[in-house]
Amino acid sequence: MDPLKRVENELKKCVKCGACRAHCPAFAALQREPAVARGKVAVAQHILKGDIALDDQTYEVMSKCLLCGSCVEKCPNEVPTDEIVITAREALARKRGLTTFHRAVARVIKNRKMMSFGALAATILGPLLFRKVPQTSGLRLRFPLPFVGNRRHIPQIARTPFMDRHPEVIQGEPGKPRVVYFVGCMTNFVYTGVGEATLALFRHLGCTVIIPKEQQCCGLPGMSGGDLETVRTLAEKNLAALEKYDADYVMTACATCGGALHKFYPALIGKRHPELAERIGKIAAKTVDAAQLLQKLGLHPAETGAGEALKITYHDPCHLRTRAITRQPRELLAGAPGVELVEMEGADKCCGLGGTFNVYHYDTSLAINEGKSVAIEKSGAEAVVTGCPGCMMQLSDGLKQRGNRTRVMHTLEVLARSLR
Amino acid sequence: MIATRVIDALKAIVGAENVATDRQELLCYGYDATQMEFLPDAVVHPGTPEEIAAILKLANAERFPVFPRGAGSGFTGGALPKGGGVVLVTTRLNRILRIDSENLVAEVEPGVVTEQFQLAVERLGLFYPPDPASLKFSTLGGNVAENAGGPRAVKYGVTRDFVMGLEVVLPTGEIIRTGGETYKGVVGYDLTRLLVGSEGTLGVITKIIFKLLPLPEAKKTMLTIFDSIDGAARAVSTIIGNKIIPTTLEFMDHATLQCVDRRFNLGLPATARAVLLIEVDGDPELIEKQAARIHEAVKPLGLVEFKVAKDAAEAEQLWKVRRLVSPSLRDVNPTKYNEDIVVPRSRVPDVIRKIDAIATRYGIPIVNFGHAGDGNIHVNVMIDREIAGMEEKAHGAIEEIFRAALELGGTMSGEHGVGLAKQPYIPLELSPVQIATMQAVKRALDPNNILNPGKMFPA
Repeated sequence: MDPLKRVENELKKCVKCGACRAHCPAFAALQREPAVARGKVAVAQHILKGDIALDDQTYEVMSKCLLCGSCVEKCPNEVPTDEIVITAREALARKRGLTTFHRAVARVIKNRKMMSFGALAATILGPLLFRKVPQTSGLRLRFPLPFVGNRRHIPQIARTPFMDRHPEVIQGEPGKPRVVYFVGCMTNFVYTGVGEATLALFRHLGCTVIIPKEQQCCGLPGMSGGDLETVRTLAEKNLAALEKYDADYVMTACATCGGALHKFYPALIGKRHPELAERIGKIAAKTVDAAQLLQKLGLHPAETGAGEALKITYHDPCHLRTRAITRQPRELLAGAPGVELVEMEGADKCCGLGGTFNVYHYDTSLAINEGKSVAIEKSGAEAVVTGCPGCMMQLSDGLKQRGNRTRVMHTLEVLARSLR
Repeated sequence: MIATRVIDALKAIVGAENVATDRQELLCYGYDATQMEFLPDAVVHPGTPEEIAAILKLANAERFPVFPRGAGSGFTGGALPKGGGVVLVTTRLNRILRIDSENLVAEVEPGVVTEQFQLAVERLGLFYPPDPASLKFSTLGGNVAENAGGPRAVKYGVTRDFVMGLEVVLPTGEIIRTGGETYKGVVGYDLTRLLVGSEGTLGVITKIIFKLLPLPEAKKTMLTIFDSIDGAARAVSTIIGNKIIPTTLEFMDHATLQCVDRRFNLGLPATARAVLLIEVDGDPELIEKQAARIHEAVKPLGLVEFKVAKDAAEAEQLWKVRRLVSPSLRDVNPTKYNEDIVVPRSRVPDVIRKIDAIATRYGIPIVNFGHAGDGNIHVNVMIDREIAGMEEKAHGAIEEIFRAALELGGTMSGEHGVGLAKQPYIPLELSPVQIATMQAVKRALDPNNILNPGKMFPA
């Protein structure tokens, strides 16, 4: 079946009104119609009609989307352009094969054993990391990637991944919620401090925290390349890992992973694999963002978040904003003693990372990010705080490129300041 | 098809990166909000008036059509390259050149997005009132070329009323200025007025001088619900009869309310048959009094509910009903013909009754809402293209709607223009001599019929 057939009805909903031109970050940077949702929908419509080929130009058009969902939120006709673009990428990948990069992504994220420091560095983070890998390194020979950039500043990779430091079950108080923690690659391998803060906060509330050892990458890096087979493989493994424990919640402190479990698994995998739909639906219904859950469980930031005076501003990750999680993190942060929360201009605008968008369109990604960096600077905050490790990496990179030393922190790191 | 040498010449003028010939990109400049589609031969993105002049000179030498385009959000196909040719996109000319607080004027390039301009002047305590629904993405060049309106027209007027002067590249490639930045000026023909609303057929706008107003200090938003369409209509004339000109007087009929309520469950009272969304602006004390007087005036007219917003957040809540109209319409039928007839405001109930009768007769759902204050009604003929014969029936209904508006002393279009969509109906409103006069102007300025050919007048 032609993948785009699945979204035929969705494609018909677009009336080309142009509202997406006001909200698309890629369009704001590129100013050309093929970059905006309406243009991609038009191209997809014509692929279905059969008068546009799945060629290089089509690939180029479909690659210029951050999957941020801004257009979907604002579309008067609720056209799911993110889903349409992923589906078009799926069609392209089937016709043309995956790109070198996405083949490497698939190889790594599907193989638990390869999820080690070296493999992760060489693939998902490879293009970002290679400036730290010597020219002569074997990693470069193993993955001769044409798009490797050497300009990006990237954070340190943890020597010991977060999950290797903790047992699978951390018993809490009886009667308190049982929370399954979906960690995510960025937290496990890079921002391990986010994991520690998450653990500390839920333990503080007496929750039993379960970190299933069998959990995998959520698959979003594969999804963004249209590699839905890889996403399905991972989704199945993740479902098994998360179902194993009869928990009250599936919690994640990564907006992107949350978006995968809560939105993209049902929308993309559930629809393609009806036999998985019910299980996906159950996990999706249990999936909550960490800040959302902490507030629900009655966390008092006054007890956990006290620390030195810190002026912060909050950046909305796309995959929290599109799930209407904007208020909770702000309320918690504002309640932490010593913290002064100021709003920056355009806090709800995409940071420009866009899954693997930044790998193919690094300059555009940085151009989108620049507005964000300027807004952070203008806010006068000492730290920019957000709920997604992906955004954290992009925000750090953007700020460092400008020689700005504003700290980048996760919401939970601020909330756990006095628990260390 | 356009010759390779022409493409090369275009590249020499604007730079290769600003000329597109890939099918994907051509497709993306072949549509607008009408959902019609035509494939151009090339798309050019000039960066200066001089480049536009050079393109038009080339077009006259090589005889290819040029279609100016802003954001491509038009409702009548005005920017569409029917028959092929070159789409000329003006969005790279996107600077606000100056805002002059002393003389209350501003000069902008055509690619500036309407809302961006409004925000820029409002930061200086100034006001640019025209507010087409597309203001977050439409361009000022497009607004001028189509003479866009909006809800605030009832008090402040339309785009035309704020354009003082233009810089325009004529179809033959000369650059001229029209009007100026003085309020008074009577030397020569008023070419500015001729060009505003000319739908890209008489020139490519490259600079616009706008008149500005001081930003009103405050505004007040009211939602009034009536038990009959007549009550709502009489409310409009009563309010204005009371010497209050609201900023906006937005109207939604019963069919519209049902649509919105069905979809979004707003919990409107069961007796609600029409809604007026009213806004007044100005001095805080004055608008307080005006709101009270409006309440008094509309009370006897079958008023079901009267809500006044206490703050901006509440005002946004009241506007919600109006903003949810478009997304709910799709539930009626997938495709809409969005017409925008105007009648003298006292005739609004008459025209709504006639439209309801037409809807019944043709068996096509028609949903009406819009700017009751100036008699401009958005008539949405909702069809399903998959149902055989429905589209043809809709054309019949639309013609009757136009006739009804004209019989009541109105016009076919208040805001959207003619373009391709209303072209066949033009003779209903304009006499052969009127049309011939307009065509004489077109021929005089564009002897080779280069600029936006095949639009507005019947073939």
